[in-house]
Amino acid sequence: MIREADDTLTIYERSRPGRRAFSAPELDVPERPLDELLPSECRRDKPPRLPEVAEPEIVRHYNRLSKRNFDLDTGFYPLGSCTMKHNPKLHERIAALPGHARLHPLQDAHQAQGALELMWRLQDALGEIAGLPHVSLQPSAGSQGELAGVLLTRAYHEDRGEHRTKVLTPDTAHGTNPATVTMGGYDVVKVKSDADGNVDLDDLSAKADEDVACLMLTNPSTLGLFETGIEEIERIVHGVGATLYYDGANLNAIMGICRPGDMGFDIVHFNLHKSFTQPHGGGGPGAGPVAVSERIEPYLPRPQVVRRESSTNGKEPFFDLDYDRPKSIGRLRGFQGNYGVFVRSYAYIRSLGAPGLKEASETAVLNANYLLARLREHGVAEYLPAAYDRLCMHEFVLSGEPMRRELHVKTLDLAKRLLDHGVHPPTVYFPLIVEEALMVEPTETETKETLDRFAAIVATILKEAREDPEIARNAPYTTPVRRLDEAGAARHPVVRQAMQLAGS
Amino acid sequence: MTRYTSVTDTDLSEMLAAIGVGSIEELFAGIPAGVRLNRPLALADGLSEQEVFEEFRALAARNVSAEDEISFLGAGMYDHYVPALVDSIIMRSEFLTPYTPYQPEISQGGLQAMFEYQTAISELTGLPVSNASVYEGPSAVAAAGYVAKYTTPGRRKFMISRGVHPHSRETLRTHAHAWDMDVTEAPLSGGVTQLLELGDDVAAVIVQQPNFLGAVEDLEAIAGAAHEVGALAIAACDPLPLALLKTPGECGVDIAVGEGQSLGNRLDFGGPSFGFFAATEALMRRIPGRIAGETKDVDGKRGFVLTLQTREQHIRREKATSNICTAQALNALAGVIYLSWLGKRGIVELAELMLQRTAYARERLTAIDGVTPLHDKPVVREFAVELGAPVGQVLARCREQGINPGYRLGRDYPEHADGLLVAITERRTRADIDRLVAALESAVLAEREAVGVST
Repeated sequence: MIREADDTLTIYERSRPGRRAFSAPELDVPERPLDELLPSECRRDKPPRLPEVAEPEIVRHYNRLSKRNFDLDTGFYPLGSCTMKHNPKLHERIAALPGHARLHPLQDAHQAQGALELMWRLQDALGEIAGLPHVSLQPSAGSQGELAGVLLTRAYHEDRGEHRTKVLTPDTAHGTNPATVTMGGYDVVKVKSDADGNVDLDDLSAKADEDVACLMLTNPSTLGLFETGIEEIERIVHGVGATLYYDGANLNAIMGICRPGDMGFDIVHFNLHKSFTQPHGGGGPGAGPVAVSERIEPYLPRPQVVRRESSTNGKEPFFDLDYDRPKSIGRLRGFQGNYGVFVRSYAYIRSLGAPGLKEASETAVLNANYLLARLREHGVAEYLPAAYDRLCMHEFVLSGEPMRRELHVKTLDLAKRLLDHGVHPPTVYFPLIVEEALMVEPTETETKETLDRFAAIVATILKEAREDPEIARNAPYTTPVRRLDEAGAARHPVVRQAMQLAGS
Repeated sequence: MTRYTSVTDTDLSEMLAAIGVGSIEELFAGIPAGVRLNRPLALADGLSEQEVFEEFRALAARNVSAEDEISFLGAGMYDHYVPALVDSIIMRSEFLTPYTPYQPEISQGGLQAMFEYQTAISELTGLPVSNASVYEGPSAVAAAGYVAKYTTPGRRKFMISRGVHPHSRETLRTHAHAWDMDVTEAPLSGGVTQLLELGDDVAAVIVQQPNFLGAVEDLEAIAGAAHEVGALAIAACDPLPLALLKTPGECGVDIAVGEGQSLGNRLDFGGPSFGFFAATEALMRRIPGRIAGETKDVDGKRGFVLTLQTREQHIRREKATSNICTAQALNALAGVIYLSWLGKRGIVELAELMLQRTAYARERLTAIDGVTPLHDKPVVREFAVELGAPVGQVLARCREQGINPGYRLGRDYPEHADGLLVAITERRTRADIDRLVAALESAVLAEREAVGVST
């Protein structure tokens, strides 16, 4: 068989002068000289060097690229903290309906009642799930939801005439938490974890003072553990007048079981691309709505979707965008947020309903604990013990430190060897407080057979590593490329196509 | 069992036995009694797939989309034609369902697409370094401001043109407050930015190209003025007009950002789309977000990775250049597929078609009695007029004929209470424009007669 010349050719390298996929609609107005409409001093000399390719080659090029991606619809993807659960196919169909997909964001509210009502209903549902009454859908992703939370906290304190300077984050926090704190103009103060993986209450008490604006907490934590001292944490944080912020990355574990609002949190962000099935898209889009308590409500971003009751009896309510919010932190972005994501997430909530959401969380926790148990059974535990010997929530963290010490196989090597078995590796080297961490989140949409197979694969890799650790150390072997020189890429960055190409 | 879970009764008993507990409830024993919900969520029960479909179809039917009227709405998002191949490719599960390419060996497709996207953005903007996307346009302006704040330490002011999209200006203000930075607006004169008294406390001068009123700005002069006081020049750009306009890079701009929706993305009532972010080499290590780079594997085979990751939150935490994590990879993919479909010549042809039709529409509309141009600067696909009649009533009259003439400027520019912003994409034909002119003419006439203006 004659191979494709090179399956890593870029679309620019496939370009040949004169080829094209686009044909312009007819010029149906009287043509005027270009110079008259756009003086030459405004114009660029040369067109952008975009590829010149006909439709068949574009399609083939991107189809070939797609085959060099591993994806959730193909296999197990237990990437901890990312909640890689099934993305229902229905959602793509309804999001593509022209009434949603071709609706202009500046359409008059009277002509967008379906969209505004959908957003209002989603706000209502998310508020109920979080146990907090007011929701803004505006933030574009979890990280922007976090920033919203920090800015809301700032607005709340400033409105009370207080100038606080610090935000507390546990040492297990996602990197977005401390990065957000800095972007929000505060200093980060790290709080330690105790021997059981909980927030160290003594350390928290020592660091919680009148300069603290907020504690950002993920619960269950990034260790997959429920903060058993949450009530005490709430007392300490509120005791110094700070707000309590809930990072919703792990909300998937507790839907319908317990609610951040009932734990005393003031602000919650949701990752609609995690718990609520928005496809991850290879790194977005997502959405990061926030839910807040009464005292934070005045500061929510502008505009807010509201339902106005009709003054005439029996008339339909009117859904509107409310800009009249004098204490609002303002906008975080353009328009009303990632509406296409709202359509999918609300469809998920309507599909499952209250019992289904609870069952999703219960099954996520069941699957995680079952997989953790299986990984103990297989004699894996001596090399890959659980970081904390407790029941877990929807995910768990193993430590590859004994494996590294005794077999000279690192967590990274194990991850790369998993690639040869057709599964996506768990999250590696996070949280930072666990040595050689491996963070596993199976999600509720996987079958028991898939979990059994994963446990068997890990056992096989460890058995192989005991016999010949070089195999794992040099893995993978069966992937489109093998280990890549990341250090070289960062030292001499090549971030765009060089354009001295054949025919360009 | 829900339709997305698979635990049978047999599975359940085997799984609980393996865990060593008697029930699912025991798995949640660590949750203190005081914080438990102990009642069902107050949400309706679940629906079948078919019922959900019907419900969402009914919601969609209550919206008037660009499918249902002849719409000249723009003001940041535009009703362009999205070719079928974009939908077909981005719906492939291999692009739709993976996450950020943390494992490059099994993510070469997504990584290479990012690299190709970055190249296209560099070509459009004339700037050498593009990231793999940020959320969307207005927050990209704030992200550029964050870079400026860090590269010009001690400076406490952003000078932003009143010609920048109102959402971008407000978004910048939201962020700047937390950074203890002031935001000052540079006024418009004759439709374009007037730079008054730039001081050495200015971190960045921020303009939009073409600006919100459609006018082409003199980026070169603005960038020069910014550099004279040691500030960065930031331009928020509309990507399709860049096919014709002198690039931000050529004009000396340091950071070009913008809303990418018009590149192969749906309107979607405002999102998701993507924002682009491109900068000079000097700023490479301060740029936010993911960047794909080319490298080789251990066998010497070409490959792509996420690079310069020491800028990012998952490595650098509180010292990161941004908190961004999930961005808009799928939307950016749609963008690069669309740009490949247009191609080197097609993008110019498309932009020229819009330029001609927009000129035609501008000429016809401003020939209407009472309607005057809001400025006379060159425009590409959007322009502003003063109606000389109450805009709300005029729009309502046009609506009755299935025509949405555009965006009312009064909400954001009280000085143009009866101003209208009209966008002409390639989907609006001469016939559509002629219908707009007829509808607007009779509506303006009727309104002027109603208030007794002599014509």
